[in-house]
Amino acid sequence: MTELTLVQAVNRGLFEAMRQDPDVLLLGEDIGLNGGVFRATEGLQKEFGAERVIDTPLSECGIVGTAIGMALYGLKPIAEIQFMDFIYPAFDQIVSELAKFRYRSGGQYPCHVVIRTPYGGGIRGGLYHSQSTEAFFCHTAGLKVVVPSTPADAKGLLLTAVHDEDPVIFLEPKRIYRSVSGEVPEGDHRVPFGVARTAREGSDVSILAWGAMVPTSLEAAAKLADEGISAEVIDLRTLVPLDEAAVLASVEKTGRAVIVHEAARNAGFGAELAARIAEKALYSLRAPIARVTGYDTPFPYALEHLYLPTPERIESAAREAVRAG
Amino acid sequence: MAGSETPRPETSVGRRTVPLSATVEDARRLFGSDWATVVARAFRWMVFARSFDARMQGLQRQGRIGFYGAATGQEAVNVAVGLLSRPEDWIAPGLREQLVALVRGHPVSSYVDHLFANARDPALGRNMPCHPTARDVHYLSMSSVIGTQITHAVGLGYALRLRRDPGVVFAFFGDGATSANDFHAGLNFAGVWGVPVVFCLTNNQWAISQPVERQSATATLAEKAAAYGIAGRRVDGTDFFAVAEALRAAIGLAREQKLPSLLEFVVYRMTPHSTSDDPTRYQPPEFLAAAAAHDPLERLGDWMRANGLAKAAEVETVRADCDSEIRRAIESAEAVPPPDPESLFRDVRSPLPKERSRSQEVS
Repeated sequence: MTELTLVQAVNRGLFEAMRQDPDVLLLGEDIGLNGGVFRATEGLQKEFGAERVIDTPLSECGIVGTAIGMALYGLKPIAEIQFMDFIYPAFDQIVSELAKFRYRSGGQYPCHVVIRTPYGGGIRGGLYHSQSTEAFFCHTAGLKVVVPSTPADAKGLLLTAVHDEDPVIFLEPKRIYRSVSGEVPEGDHRVPFGVARTAREGSDVSILAWGAMVPTSLEAAAKLADEGISAEVIDLRTLVPLDEAAVLASVEKTGRAVIVHEAARNAGFGAELAARIAEKALYSLRAPIARVTGYDTPFPYALEHLYLPTPERIESAAREAVRAG
Repeated sequence: MAGSETPRPETSVGRRTVPLSATVEDARRLFGSDWATVVARAFRWMVFARSFDARMQGLQRQGRIGFYGAATGQEAVNVAVGLLSRPEDWIAPGLREQLVALVRGHPVSSYVDHLFANARDPALGRNMPCHPTARDVHYLSMSSVIGTQITHAVGLGYALRLRRDPGVVFAFFGDGATSANDFHAGLNFAGVWGVPVVFCLTNNQWAISQPVERQSATATLAEKAAAYGIAGRRVDGTDFFAVAEALRAAIGLAREQKLPSLLEFVVYRMTPHSTSDDPTRYQPPEFLAAAAAHDPLERLGDWMRANGLAKAAEVETVRADCDSEIRRAIESAEAVPPPDPESLFRDVRSPLPKERSRSQEVS
């Protein structure tokens, strides 16, 4: 065990993956010589060479398109998209090609690419360095969507992603890259997909969150405890596959659900969670399902503190749920 | 199957084609002492393709298959790549390159199963017709999105080079694709990285209704290669020998030096874009006259008759042989039921342990 920040844990995970398997390679903008704009790939090119840690030309569709070709040949490429906000030139490759290769070829061409990308607000990044658009990818059959919230999970989920056989969108909460640290197991540490983590146990209300909203939700839960409200915080870890059983079990226990995400509310992943709870746990509910989310506006710069869910907004939603029944 | 159902391609008796300039010596230089056999095989495949295209367009009109995109007029390029590529090479196809897979050894019957989207289709009827997958001959699965396969070819080429493997990748796309994102990204990455890829730009002069001059302001499409620091060459894509000669050079560059090149094969789209298209809305009638003079099949046949291969160039004999193979494949494919409904859920993701598959596959 070593105490690491989240971004250091990503870095250790990449070192581990490349050491384990010569077929693993990295490609992206500024990831080699520069070690990545967030230093997530620091030291990797020096260790593994420029053929396996590739500084690419500036084209996201080129990065993902060529990664797909590498994967078709049997390599295990890990592509970095510098900010999630810049992923759209590659959207066609991800949605039309990567997600569908296995299906459309009748299983003849599995296509295993891991796409790592920092996402989310809270770093004063304005419209184009802040967005959380996981819902686009959750909506596309064939992709897995992973969002760690702790250093140990960042490494463990990343290694699972690399050894998986399906395309994985690996979203790194850049706001907590360095503000969160924790013990990370050495070596081949893997965290399975589709298994949520109970970040805090509670009995009055279930707070469902992922990525950077997990520490925010934990902060809210601590404050709620002072008022005598026992909040359970479920860290989903992977949105696809979703640990539906864990979500339902928690909601059935507490009878109240507060869903938290940074993304805009309309058609966000919270809507899917709310629908599943309504479909399968409606009779356990004692209060309406609540969502605490970003607003249906573009992501702001000066007013980002108003846009992002805060512990206060989460607390207020939880209080209201408890008051309701 | 009644013979009258088969729409026959127009015969070209009395039609004047532009003669091929190759000599027998050129053919020998390109294909070795066995040149006559290679040329006869090429001709046989071109006749096959012509017959196949006509037959499948007819089946679509009868509602027996859902769609068809003919490659009539482009056969010389497809046959030459099929014959000159090696088993270790890879094909990243567009809409009109299925013939490459067949020449490389993919069974005709399997392709026809695909066209009927039946239970025997290797991709389980998931795609529109003319979108086959053939891993047995390293033929990738294509989407209908234009140009996306170009960057895949470059990544494949990178992987071949990284592993020190000998293969070459052939990336196919048309004149319309040169306007798409992935053409630029793909050729740019290829130039920067140095990869064994032959970009086969089949310029059939039309992107559905748009003529090539509405697609690009450059005089040729081959000259775009200069912008990426790679070799570019414009070739008469209806001249089998010119195509083979250009391919030999590009394959050599790719195989020996791991370098990409762009070959612009100028051909004539002799049929509609697809069975959903009506070219009389936009194509001047003169185009088809020019196309007839550049019919790759007729040009090769004329050359063979002038160079001692008249017997191998007897169209009716060759066609009869091809037609019976096509008829057998159709009869067999049409008798196979559609894919099992359960197959809808297969291959979305990797197979999962049984007890978890139910919830995860839909989540």
